[in-house]
Amino acid sequence: MTRFSIFSLARNALSGHANWPAYWRSPEPKRGYDVVIIGGGGHGLATAYYLAKVHKVTNVAVLERGWLGGGNTGRNTTICRSNYLYDESAALYDHAMQLWEGLSAELNYNVMFSQRGVLMLAHNTHDLQIARRTVHANRLNGVDNELLTAEEAKAFCPQLNLSKDIRYPVMGAALQRRGGTARHDAVAWGYARGADRLGVDIIQNCEVTGIRVEGGRAVGVETSRGYIAAGRIGCVAAGHSSVVAGMAGIELPLESFPLQALVSEPVKPAFPCVVMSNTIHAYISQSDKGELVIGAGTDQYISYAQRGGMQIIEHTLEAILELFPIFSRMRMLRSWAGIVDVTPDRSPIIGRTPVDNFFINCGWGTGGFKATPGSGHVFAHTLAHGEPHPINAPFTLDRFVNGRLIDEAAAAAVAH
Amino acid sequence: MLLITCPHCGPRAETEFRNGGEAGIVRPRDPAALSDGAWTGYVFTRQNPKGRFHERWCHAQGCGRWFTAVRDTVTDRFLSFHPAGEQPDEAGR
Repeated sequence: MTRFSIFSLARNALSGHANWPAYWRSPEPKRGYDVVIIGGGGHGLATAYYLAKVHKVTNVAVLERGWLGGGNTGRNTTICRSNYLYDESAALYDHAMQLWEGLSAELNYNVMFSQRGVLMLAHNTHDLQIARRTVHANRLNGVDNELLTAEEAKAFCPQLNLSKDIRYPVMGAALQRRGGTARHDAVAWGYARGADRLGVDIIQNCEVTGIRVEGGRAVGVETSRGYIAAGRIGCVAAGHSSVVAGMAGIELPLESFPLQALVSEPVKPAFPCVVMSNTIHAYISQSDKGELVIGAGTDQYISYAQRGGMQIIEHTLEAILELFPIFSRMRMLRSWAGIVDVTPDRSPIIGRTPVDNFFINCGWGTGGFKATPGSGHVFAHTLAHGEPHPINAPFTLDRFVNGRLIDEAAAAAVAH
Repeated sequence: MLLITCPHCGPRAETEFRNGGEAGIVRPRDPAALSDGAWTGYVFTRQNPKGRFHERWCHAQGCGRWFTAVRDTVTDRFLSFHPAGEQPDEAGR
């Protein structure tokens, strides 16, 4: 496999870019693997990469029903931040942030990680109090976050409308300067390329149709391409986690909702950062391609349809236009939905299940992309050792029984 | 947007309704007698089927009454609507 560098670029330029090798092989599935990962999105591929890289477990397959990164990895709004309130969450999401910061070099693949800053707006006294509390909690956990006045927020994001005449005037903001965006497809492709180089088999168009459980132990998966034996199984199936876990007889505290996003026509650079507002529900950034990337809310009913209601999009655009009247003439180009698996406390479940050798990494809900590297890193540890990494130890399935919830419902701007 | 048929008011826009999640959840008669696991099942564990689903809706901006709908979560197509107290056909659930 070619290592990307200025020299490989020059060499391939001389041959008209006709000889770039494939990023990964397309192997036939073997009869068995030490670890089988169900789901070829960012989290699953990152898990495979760190299994091979950190834990030297290379007899690994990633099974993907469709194509790599075709689910929520390719449908989110690519925001990366780690300003979560509780200690457990701050540790998990900042673990991811630290990995993001070195990821392009680590993978020898440009994931276009851009720490342009994430601004979270406050529109009333309560918002300001919560923002102040979150900023203090973050700083105690070593996570950068600072409180800005409305004027300081406008200095950081000049497009912001500070008019007192809008329904929810901006009164201040919290700014995480290390936050930003990354290119979602590149994250999946970079991890896939890295994992493949280390010997992981990436098998696309391979749908898992059953989990074979013998005596309380998972021993393999039935797939559309035949039975594959597995020492351990990691289920990283996002919105379909309930469906896959159900094949092993496990009920999860998850509900799957459509979450919509949309992009505008591409324009020249017009927006410097990421802006989120929990109160009026809006988030917006501009991709490197020039499109405004806008996140909408979830629909109120569970669904696997990967589409949502127009009123949800309207609601978000109303909020965006109050905050940024500059965009009132922008035309929207595309909208879509991904199916997000939401837990009762809005924190993920990463760890063991009642079935031995069957592990889950699910429940990322409306905000999983930001955690992709950290999620893969700790889940690889969990799969390699059969025990959670200290960072994901609190994120057990058991917490819904023993009551040690990690209630991050306020951390997501997404209305649910 | 879904078009939802309230059993009392007829077809109306989804924005008039509030979804109440899985239908038919019964509060345990004696919660203190339950194990933590069984209580978890009541409080947190929900059906999340890919396919036919029995769910509660409230016609919040209409008659205000709760009712049960059967919907396919893959197509989002409603299969039937039932006023409170009427049991949908359990077959195929």
